Amino acid sequence: MIRLDGISRTYDVGGEPVHALVDVTEPIETGEYLAIMGPSGSGKSTLLHVLGCLDRPDQGTYELDGRDVGRLDEAELSLVRRHTIGFVFQFFHLVPRLSARENVELPMIFAGIDPAERRARALGRLRAVGLEPRATHRPDQLSGGERQRVALARATVLDPKLLLADEPTGNLDTVSGRHVLEILEQMNAAGLTLIVVTHDPAVARRARRVLVLKDGRVVYRGQGSRIHEAVEILSAGENGA
Amino acid sequence: MRPLDVLGFATRALRGHRLRTALSLLGVAIGVAAVITLTALGEGARRYVLSQFASVGTNMVVVLPGKTETTGAMPGIGGVPNDLTLDDALAVARGVREVDKVAPMVIGTETVAYGEKRRQVALAGATHEMLEVRRLGIAHGRFLPPLAWDRGAPIAVLGSKLAQELFPASDPIGKVVRVGDWRMRVIGVLEPFGQQLGLDMDDIVFVPVATAMKMLNRPGLFRLLIQAKSHADLSRVKQAVVRLIAERHGEEDVTVITQDAVISAFNSILDALTMALAGIAAVSLAVAGVGIMNVMLVSVSERTREIGLLKALGAGRHQILAAFVAEAVLISSAGGLLGLALGFAAVALLVTIYPALPAAPPPWAVAAAFTLSVVVGAVFGVLPARRATRLDPVAALAGR
Repeated sequence: MIRLDGISRTYDVGGEPVHALVDVTEPIETGEYLAIMGPSGSGKSTLLHVLGCLDRPDQGTYELDGRDVGRLDEAELSLVRRHTIGFVFQFFHLVPRLSARENVELPMIFAGIDPAERRARALGRLRAVGLEPRATHRPDQLSGGERQRVALARATVLDPKLLLADEPTGNLDTVSGRHVLEILEQMNAAGLTLIVVTHDPAVARRARRVLVLKDGRVVYRGQGSRIHEAVEILSAGENGA
Repeated sequence: MRPLDVLGFATRALRGHRLRTALSLLGVAIGVAAVITLTALGEGARRYVLSQFASVGTNMVVVLPGKTETTGAMPGIGGVPNDLTLDDALAVARGVREVDKVAPMVIGTETVAYGEKRRQVALAGATHEMLEVRRLGIAHGRFLPPLAWDRGAPIAVLGSKLAQELFPASDPIGKVVRVGDWRMRVIGVLEPFGQQLGLDMDDIVFVPVATAMKMLNRPGLFRLLIQAKSHADLSRVKQAVVRLIAERHGEEDVTVITQDAVISAFNSILDALTMALAGIAAVSLAVAGVGIMNVMLVSVSERTREIGLLKALGAGRHQILAAFVAEAVLISSAGGLLGLALGFAAVALLVTIYPALPAAPPPWAVAAAFTLSVVVGAVFGVLPARRATRLDPVAALAGR
């Protein structure tokens, strides 16, 4: 599904080059459940943005679903983001003036789907995350867990193949966090490729596979069940610093 | 993205900051109202002047003694025009085929007295033809009868105001008034008429032209008013009259003015005035556009995260552009509609206060003002919208 080959991304911060990603080569299979870990500044968010076509690598090729994404222009990229990729963010990013249903409808508005169908599909997705009774509530009338579930419904309403979650439980209490993860995993079980960026080992251990990034390089690959190895590498890095 | 969805999205966004939206909308409304009101004033002035001319009749040719040109002749030789005489008038009436009616006229000032009441008014020497050529109306009695032009008669027709002043309680018909040193019998009273080309037609006394020339001791006429048979004949009448009188006088020493020339001169002056007023008002619309741009720039920077999100959800550049331009156009066109309402209300108020001024905004100004308001939104909305489309999605999501 995904082939990253020699991906590098360098930022210029105050005249100093910052190597956010250095020569990352990684295949990711369809239907995978992958967790990306790493200390802040390790490049894990940059990797997620590259995967989500929000950021372009300076070097290397990124092949998504058989297409070389690096060669696409801005208009084609927005279509890829709309139809192939779903995003979930730590801070939910719901549009505050729109109701839960209207937030879920947003991607369908850009896709030009007619209003009646939009409404029906949005309500169906809200039902699937257990929020149909909350459809008319605005984000400020919802709890954190509910907001993230609305965001999940929105991210998947156009049936993407790849779901990218940036610290999806980072702003939630344990119970709502687990609820959100369970929904994510159900979607993954139904065939959706799921990539979660987290610094929480409890989240990462649920993934089938874990990558650890450090200074822009992949320093560990392993199974989620062997999360203690990843944690050791991370803490070794912290001690060494 | 469907057009209705673009509008819906923009409307929801505008509702989020009502005061800001209302204030920038008001700016456009004031601009449009200014265009409507000022052009209505200009148009009112134009209609007022034209109606003044129209009341005289549009097939009219006026002959004035003297030629408006500077000649280089020695003093005393040439340059002094011949008088325009009653014989000239008769020659025109008989000799030019396209002429319908000729009304010779002399003007002076005299005191009209009845008993102890006296009043200084304009004395007009005229003939029977004057009634039709000048579109006068008779309230009581009759106008000057169709006499031979060179025959005088001690009869007078009074303007309505003069009649009211001299005979506040009684019927003036048949009474004898003194006009200067002459005793005249009143045979008619004019309908109230108002001002006509600088002459108060209500405060006037008409006497036969031959009598007036004797009273004022004038050998020549003041004006010759000619009514052509049709509007199309005007220029031919003008040429024929000039030729005929030049023949009789041995030189071209009269000035002939057609009503058309005067009207079109006034028309173009007043059109220019209206355009200038519209231009001044349009400047305020441009200022309102800058206001909209300002509001939209604030909106874009406030909604940076939202724009980042829209990009992450797969909104294309042109979709984001459309959404933000739509917001600006919504503000400006709503302001335009409000401005039309304000403008028409102001014009209605103006007409109520000054009923004599037929103020009404010309249709082109109404259309232009509203169109311009929509265009202003689109033009001044583009810059902020482009700024939105150019945001880097990663930085925008982080609120940077």
